[in-house]
Amino acid sequence: MNGMVLALVLGALFVVVLLWFIAMYNLLVRKRIDCDNGWSQIDVQLKRRYDLIPNLVETVKGYASHERETLDAVISARAKAVSVSSDAAHAAEKGRAEGELTSALGRLLAVAEAYPNLKADGSFSKLQEELTGTENKIGFARQHFNDVVARYEESRQTFPTTIVAALFAFQKRDYFTVESEAERAAPKVSFK
Amino acid sequence: MDGRPEPLDRERDLRERVSAYPGTLTYIDLIRRNKAESSLLIALMILLGGVVGALIGGAIAMGATGRDLAISATLGGVAALVVASLGALWSWFGGSNAILRMAGAVEVSRETDLELWNVVDEMRIAAGLPMPRVYLIPESALNAFATGRDPSHAAVAITTGLRQRLTRDELQGVIAHEVAHIRHYDIRFAMLMATMVGLIVFACDAFLRGVMRSGVRGATRSKSGSSNSGGGAAAIVMIVLALALAVVAPFLAQMIQMAYSRKREYLADAGAVELTRNPLGLAGALRKLADDSEPLVERANRGTAHMFIMNPLRRDRRAHGERSSVFSSHPPVRERIARLMALAR
Repeated sequence: MNGMVLALVLGALFVVVLLWFIAMYNLLVRKRIDCDNGWSQIDVQLKRRYDLIPNLVETVKGYASHERETLDAVISARAKAVSVSSDAAHAAEKGRAEGELTSALGRLLAVAEAYPNLKADGSFSKLQEELTGTENKIGFARQHFNDVVARYEESRQTFPTTIVAALFAFQKRDYFTVESEAERAAPKVSFK
Repeated sequence: MDGRPEPLDRERDLRERVSAYPGTLTYIDLIRRNKAESSLLIALMILLGGVVGALIGGAIAMGATGRDLAISATLGGVAALVVASLGALWSWFGGSNAILRMAGAVEVSRETDLELWNVVDEMRIAAGLPMPRVYLIPESALNAFATGRDPSHAAVAITTGLRQRLTRDELQGVIAHEVAHIRHYDIRFAMLMATMVGLIVFACDAFLRGVMRSGVRGATRSKSGSSNSGGGAAAIVMIVLALALAVVAPFLAQMIQMAYSRKREYLADAGAVELTRNPLGLAGALRKLADDSEPLVERANRGTAHMFIMNPLRRDRRAHGERSSVFSSHPPVRERIARLMALAR
């Protein structure tokens, strides 16, 4: 009789612990998916910027074709950024290439300031807003990525979820960081 | 300002500063609370509907004997239960569209207003949400609101007046505030609350008006039938209760609604800063909103006023800059600005 009660209690305890483990495991997996998703959201916006650049270059060429140097710098920076793989292993390299692209674009837009006809062109001002929006979205997608990584890391490192994380080898995720001051300021580009 | 910290320190510093929610609250706690309270509200709505209906049913049959009284009360209760359930269903599936239609909102596409579209897109990316529908309200008054039942069925609307008056940073602040409402599930709670308060006010109003009209007749009828004392006493208790409830319920419901609304406004301001990391944008927008005195009379009523970023009704506007009362849907704007500026230090 006593043995049966003990077995029942132990059995119930085991079920409770098992359920808790399942819940915590699922929580960690969900947060890890959020991280992957956050990372791919950055990619979506970076691709969008690649797509915008040829149009922008063509439009500027129409009014300021002799600014060869600045235009070429943008084109080659874009080509370089596209060529770097966007997986997490190449994050630092990708970040550098994107930073160069951002500053090349900044120089192009600064040059454009000197051409009133270009600035008055409707399609140019639309492209400018597209570019501002995309730069901002890159910045906010990175911010969101860091937010979800922070939440994942908090669960991964704090007790008691850290037990589950260690048992099932949940890997550490790195924050997105940028190297140069110029790049930090990049998403805040304003044309007004 | 000197001694610039390392980039990572700055990021951490900012992260701490923008966790502007009181205590250790995060937006995830807010979502959990809003979902739980929304379910509770639906249950309460249906229950309260049933009780009010039973009392009204009982009061209508106040001259009747015990059994007839019971039947009438049950019928009233069941009828009200059905109405309350339908109301909950309606607000769940069609409430946001009705609110947008009432506000005269026109849907905006990427092509018609690229900047507005981009700002909304930026903020929903920062919050990690799907893209909500975007609407413009053709009005010169300054206001904005968000609605829907969850982030996948959400909409943000802004008046053309506000759209034109704000800089890009300020617009971003306002949209971030609305996206924070979506993210926190405030929109679901607010919509259900509006439906419930609307139903209660309507039912009690209809009942009181009915009593006024038939009161004299009913009273004489109950006197003649007072020989069967049991049913008469129960009926009198019932009608007194119904009357008291009908008078008090609308005020109580509105008071609760407004208390919830005020708290949620502060939290949405904090949530907006978490998204933009720039308290000055929203603070600047609120300043412009506070200076504007034009109400949105035809586009809003007391039932929907709490959904807007600023109270859209004239009679409630005066209280804005000054102090809060139990019936104001929004906290005083000066206090809101002060809290934002404290984050920008």
